[in-house]
Amino acid sequence: MTQHTPPAAGQPVTTPILSVRDLSIDFHLRSHILHAVRDVSFDLHSGRTLCLVGESGSGKSVTARALLRLIDPQARVAGGTITLRDETGAELRLDGMAPNSREIRAVRGGRIGLIFQEPMSSLSPVRTIGTQIAEALLLHRRMTKPEAKAETVNLLRQVEIANPERMADRYTFEFSGGMRQRAMIAMALACDPDILIADEPTTALDVTTQAEIMDLIARLQRERGMAMLMITHDLGLVAEVADAVAVMRWGRIVEQGPVDQIFHAPHHPYTRRLLEATLKLDSSAKREAPRMDGTPLLSVRGLGKGFGAVNWRGRQTFAIKAVDQVNLDLWPGENLGIVGESGSGKTTLGRMLLRIIEPSTGSIRWQGDAAPAEVTIMNRPDLARYRSAVRLVFQDPYASLNPRMTVKQVIADPLVVAGGLKGAALDARIAELLELVGLDRSAMERYPHAFSGGQRQRIGIARALALNPRIIIADEATSALDVSIRAQVLDLLLDLQRRLDLSFIFIAHDISVVRYFCDRVAVMHRGRVVETGSADDICTRPREPYTQSLISAVPNPDPRNRRMLHRTRFRA
Amino acid sequence: MWLYTLKRILLMIPTMFGISLISFFIIQLPPGDYLTSLLASMADSGQTLDPVEIARLRATYGLDDPMIVQYFKWISGIVFRGDFGYSFEWGRPVSELIWERMGSTLAISIAALVFVWAVSLPIGIYSAVHRHSVGDHVATFFGFLGLAIPNFILALTLMYVSYRYFGQSVGGLFSPEYVGADWSWGRVWDLMKHLWIPIIVIGTSGTAALIRILRANLTDELSKPYVTTARAKGLSEFNVIMRYPVRIALNPFVSAIGWVLPNLISGVTITAIVLNLPTAGPLLLRALVSQDMYLAGSFILLMGVLTLIGMLISDLLLAVLDPRIRFT
Amino acid sequence: MTHLVHTPTELPPDRPMAPEDTGPAISPLRPGDDPGKIAVASQWTLIWRKFLSNRVAVFAGIVVLAFYLIAMLAEFLAPTSPSLARPQFTYAPPQSIGFFVPDPDGGRSWQPHVKGYTMSVDPASLRRTFTIDDTAIIPIGFFVEGPAYRMWGLLDANMRLMGPLDASQPMNLLGTDALGRDLLSRLIYGTRISMSIGLIGVLSSLVIGVVLGALSGYFGGWTDLVIQRIIEVISAMPTIPLWLGLAAAVPVAWSPVTVYFMVTLIVSLLAWTGLAREVRGRFLALRHEDFVTAAILDGSSRARVIFRHILPSLTSHILAVVTLAIPTMIVAETALSFLGVGLKAPVVSWGVLLQDAQNIRAVSTAPWLLIWPSGAVVLAVLAFNFLGDGMRDAADPYET
Repeated sequence: MTQHTPPAAGQPVTTPILSVRDLSIDFHLRSHILHAVRDVSFDLHSGRTLCLVGESGSGKSVTARALLRLIDPQARVAGGTITLRDETGAELRLDGMAPNSREIRAVRGGRIGLIFQEPMSSLSPVRTIGTQIAEALLLHRRMTKPEAKAETVNLLRQVEIANPERMADRYTFEFSGGMRQRAMIAMALACDPDILIADEPTTALDVTTQAEIMDLIARLQRERGMAMLMITHDLGLVAEVADAVAVMRWGRIVEQGPVDQIFHAPHHPYTRRLLEATLKLDSSAKREAPRMDGTPLLSVRGLGKGFGAVNWRGRQTFAIKAVDQVNLDLWPGENLGIVGESGSGKTTLGRMLLRIIEPSTGSIRWQGDAAPAEVTIMNRPDLARYRSAVRLVFQDPYASLNPRMTVKQVIADPLVVAGGLKGAALDARIAELLELVGLDRSAMERYPHAFSGGQRQRIGIARALALNPRIIIADEATSALDVSIRAQVLDLLLDLQRRLDLSFIFIAHDISVVRYFCDRVAVMHRGRVVETGSADDICTRPREPYTQSLISAVPNPDPRNRRMLHRTRFRA
Repeated sequence: MWLYTLKRILLMIPTMFGISLISFFIIQLPPGDYLTSLLASMADSGQTLDPVEIARLRATYGLDDPMIVQYFKWISGIVFRGDFGYSFEWGRPVSELIWERMGSTLAISIAALVFVWAVSLPIGIYSAVHRHSVGDHVATFFGFLGLAIPNFILALTLMYVSYRYFGQSVGGLFSPEYVGADWSWGRVWDLMKHLWIPIIVIGTSGTAALIRILRANLTDELSKPYVTTARAKGLSEFNVIMRYPVRIALNPFVSAIGWVLPNLISGVTITAIVLNLPTAGPLLLRALVSQDMYLAGSFILLMGVLTLIGMLISDLLLAVLDPRIRFT
Repeated sequence: MTHLVHTPTELPPDRPMAPEDTGPAISPLRPGDDPGKIAVASQWTLIWRKFLSNRVAVFAGIVVLAFYLIAMLAEFLAPTSPSLARPQFTYAPPQSIGFFVPDPDGGRSWQPHVKGYTMSVDPASLRRTFTIDDTAIIPIGFFVEGPAYRMWGLLDANMRLMGPLDASQPMNLLGTDALGRDLLSRLIYGTRISMSIGLIGVLSSLVIGVVLGALSGYFGGWTDLVIQRIIEVISAMPTIPLWLGLAAAVPVAWSPVTVYFMVTLIVSLLAWTGLAREVRGRFLALRHEDFVTAAILDGSSRARVIFRHILPSLTSHILAVVTLAIPTMIVAETALSFLGVGLKAPVVSWGVLLQDAQNIRAVSTAPWLLIWPSGAVVLAVLAFNFLGDGMRDAADPYET
């Protein structure tokens, strides 16, 4: 099996270009000191990639920024060394440099380039892309303005931006997310740095765009022989690009080693748990497929929604079909996944099923009651009844709970509105619901701010369950959660399904989550369902070109079987 | 950009219409019309007017027409003939009285605006960049104080202080010997000596408000990722701050003209009354007290129009400054 | 799966496996602090706690409360009636309180007192000037009988917090005006008028703002457009000229009470736009929050969504905005009265008091006429601003 190990993971012969030893960073907050980074040590080598992996709050981003001394004023480096070496072996101690001193500024952008997560806000909206890139060139490479301009165009071409001459004079809001990230990469690489730090460079992007960007970064790294430090929470991505891995948790590196060792022989229990959660989501939850004879609970036919604007003369100026001619069936006990990238119309579809957004065309047939009913023409009382049978779980566990209500009030709200339960009976029902979602009944008197993201999502689920629903529509219900929490919440939902005879419509952009959770999957692209099939078929034997490109872009959490970088591309 | 300008100017029309309605409303507000006031004032001086003459006057001024017709007569006179009506107190057409006064109002307002900007920009930037430093606290304290002291109290206080401790009378724009004189360096210098008090008085609250706004905006912008990007490029701290966050925090600064200008004109009005400056303020007050309503209404109308034009300019400047506005 | 035995030579020397942490590493700044304690606090508790941690705002709140207390107890706190003119003491300077008087035997004994005046007449201009006479002692006392008054227009009383023991003697702690009226008493009565105009004005503009804002939000479309235009027009107008224009139309013959309410109305007519805009903006933002959508899906009626979910989230913000709007009202009233088109003479407000300071000669003779009323205005405005700022910061207790 050793021969499958990627060659880069073998023993390096070079001296590291950057060494970090026992780095500690403290945050002096108003009420306490947070030891965000504790005794972190690692090395970076030319031409190789080290991935710093961890869940939120692990201190991975702070560590990366500390290398350039770009940390917040309330953060203090409490100890440790950062040493940068050049080809001659001369050493430069970065930890001793004053923030914003001339020395560290020469390193920033000149020898170490940085790419961030938010492609939307990482570039100034009021200056052109070209001037922002040229700035780095003028600063570090002593070019004249026309030279810098030419080099900027050249760089934009290298990061595969079409029409670079014209695009250099554009502003960021005229760029798509992927293009902004390409521009960021061009800027980071402008001065040919020795080291590239990529801080969650693709987290905000769609999976196919992510694959393209990672492709680009990998190619540029290979061509230029840079060392790369990549920060990510996604073990799949790590397996695709890393040579070595350091796993961080709560400020410490709990384990580090070559990528193959981390994935195939992890030592630390946390690494194992993390891997387990990731791998679990790469398989299906092994449950019996529901029967698909009988009548479906919900039948959607020809559903569509157009957004448009008319000008002052009443003429249509533009029209977007957010959802177009969608047909779906949901059978009792089934988990139906709806997968798509941003802008595919999946969220609009989910909201139309509950008539939060009114559909423009088509029908939704509800067949859960004795007599089938058409949802699109229901009157208010009928709609209220329908909405108590079909419930929604939201994506953002912070925004979906009223911060001014206790957990008890939040969960009781649908029960109080529906009437019937009061006093002790209401309390008992709420306690029962809390228990059902794995929370203690002492949670009742607390406010949402006292809970973590995963716990809040459980509260949201309890609220959805309060009225004994038949269907739960989960709109990206797990995408705001860390991977280990995500797996727990999914297992909770599956457990609830067994106990309460529920059906799910699971809207997600994350294919592995859908694969784990769903029986059937509908793939959406530009408002249409392009392919529907069993989860396994879609994930292993996709038929449509778009689905194929989507599936092949998903990182595979196994460094011995890298998939993302040899994927099929889809050109619409 | 041209399309945007055109759109913006067209949008001004309904607002302009609203302002003219308000001004007309104020003209009509006191009981009776101006002919009754005229008769009353003539009666005071023992004169009388024969009923035929009264009827003739009522007809020329359209006083018996419905309100809406009167409004149209009034506004079309202004728009097409520059005829703002007749001031009974002064016995002259309003248009002869207002322009010089409006001119000085505008001049002092603009001077105050320049003062506001020149003072608040550096202090605001300093405060945001050195948050919680001693300088910031001092600026914040004076900012609060500046917001809390009403214009006329500040004017009174400065007047008292300069009278008491410098023995200088600070009313008006010129010392007596220069009032009617031709322009000379001496006269300009004399003007400057008189102008600083009104400008400080009028500009203080706007300065304080702008410092606070700039500080808050800049503080927000300073923590944005694009600032870190700029730092990661290796730019010096000064360049990072001036080229990136300040560039964006300037937007509210420019759009502030929209609400600072009405405040300044308000300020000029009341300050001018206290300091007896030859601007619209004292004349307006006098017109209002003697219910010389065409004069008063014209002042109010013109002040409203002036702020509208200021807002237009600030919107256009904003569009020049921020491509996001220009392109949508 | 075969286990690969790897010696990580590129790593720092092998170290024992990192321990399993149970959570993020935190040390308290002070021993004994428990960062997890806020977990069970309600939002109002958090808001209150955050507000209390802002010392300046708390102090400002106390000052505001003190102002309203003075306004409420004006009759009792003022040493004398605000309209009691004593032509024999025009422009008398402020006296200060002393507590001990020298005894004939050389010792000192307890006797609160103020110093009397000596009068001199300028032979040229025949103007009288008063100076403090250190030898003339006017004993004063607390809870003494003074000029009779009707507390809140209901109870006849004559108890004053302090005053001269002999009512015919002068006690003017802040000096007197041109008619020899006691400035302190006038200031205290003026507090009642000025502070209540702020409160009533803000309440009426809140009503106008909320009603129009709600209409605008409820009907949308044309109604919204028209109301937004009106707001735009009003906020484009320079306030002082407009206020002047409206206030000047108030007939001189009206009774003081009517004038008082008219002035309040005029002041709030122009101030509601800011409130309406703020309320509308917050309302629209909240309408699209997930928890509001959740409430709609829970079957809540429109009224329930508004009153149970949206309004409670708005109240803290509205409260802060309202607090910040009060000083505008106070200043507006003061300015109008100062210019002579607001409240008029028999009524006493801070603006009416400042009218006496309009004349530079009067101010130079009696600077206290400028100092104290404007001090009261500035202090009140400052206190409201600090209080409102603190409330606004506390309204979002999760932001640091």
